[in-house]
Amino acid sequence: MDARRSCNRCIGRSIGPLGMLHYFTIIVCCQLVGELIVTALKAPLPGPVLGMTILFAGIVWNGGIPDDLAKVADGLLLNLSLLFVPAGTGIMLHAALIGRDVVPISVALVVSTVATVVVTALMMTALSRPAGDSKDGTGA
Amino acid sequence: MRDLRDIWVYLSANPLLHLALTLIAYRIGVAIYTRGNLHPMLNPVMIAVILLVGALTATGTSYQTYFEGAQFVHFLLGPATVALAIPLYRQIEQVKRSATALLASIAAGAATASVTAVGVAYVLGASRDTLISLAPKSVTAPVAMGISEQLGGLPSLTAVLVMMTGILGAMLGPVILNRMGIKDWAARGVAMGTTSHGIGTARAMQVNPTAGAFAGLAMGLNALATALLLPIIWRVIFGP
Repeated sequence: MDARRSCNRCIGRSIGPLGMLHYFTIIVCCQLVGELIVTALKAPLPGPVLGMTILFAGIVWNGGIPDDLAKVADGLLLNLSLLFVPAGTGIMLHAALIGRDVVPISVALVVSTVATVVVTALMMTALSRPAGDSKDGTGA
Repeated sequence: MRDLRDIWVYLSANPLLHLALTLIAYRIGVAIYTRGNLHPMLNPVMIAVILLVGALTATGTSYQTYFEGAQFVHFLLGPATVALAIPLYRQIEQVKRSATALLASIAAGAATASVTAVGVAYVLGASRDTLISLAPKSVTAPVAMGISEQLGGLPSLTAVLVMMTGILGAMLGPVILNRMGIKDWAARGVAMGTTSHGIGTARAMQVNPTAGAFAGLAMGLNALATALLLPIIWRVIFGP
């Protein structure tokens, strides 16, 4: 019953049960095209960031975000932090090198992080026109 | 006893073990983070990394062996970056409204990140390798590694410094922004994304979708600005 209903939808505009896989394919292809262009032009930009731009252009052209695309994207982004764990664990590769310069590195990272947050937030607040619809936040 | 060793030999050579360990470590990290009401100092990436480095060191496992399993998680970073187009599109009106502010803030933030990091490390006597590798540390890892290589640094050290900056920014950023009394989600997101790229974006995304979208945009623009300008500025200051 369910299968037949899904199939009926295939005839219409919806892609039916393949929806999420379809959009995952599109996302991966955007990345692939991004990587290809970056490699070909030796552009100073990561392939995925260009891929994001391509997908963004596609959404603008489409005039909105299809439901299944939103589901795939939200699924990937909900656990974005997890994806940095393998790269973060790479810290063990350079323990010795970091150990040698541990004081300059730690102080530089802390000072620079604080300074960057302060400068960026102050500039953004000073230059933005007050947005009426934005809600107050204290967490992010 | 022999059987147990055989099982360990089999498992430790199988990517499944390290994939599972990565997920479990992150799960524990999130459990602690959630129990602590998403306090930024309990960053789940940091907790997971500490657990994994501990486990790998204790079992004498190399990072290369670990990565054979973890690469499946790592690989999804690319598609996830592409997927940032969706939250960005949802905020398109606000992005258009504050385009000038965005570009100026991100450029100022990108310059601050490099100049303060290299300046402080130079004054404290860091080696040349460290100085060069530090310069692009606020930029998303693949671009930062490219810049570092171009300047003659160590790309793999840069990757580590990028991760450290990301975790540090995700931990300190929200605390600093609260102290400053910055309540606009867009401004908070831009500060997080410019300072600590994807890890800052991940943190922003967990707390508010507007902040997450602006953080993702800031991450992309910071990568572009730093990649274009840093090599030129570096050559002007330090010579070729």
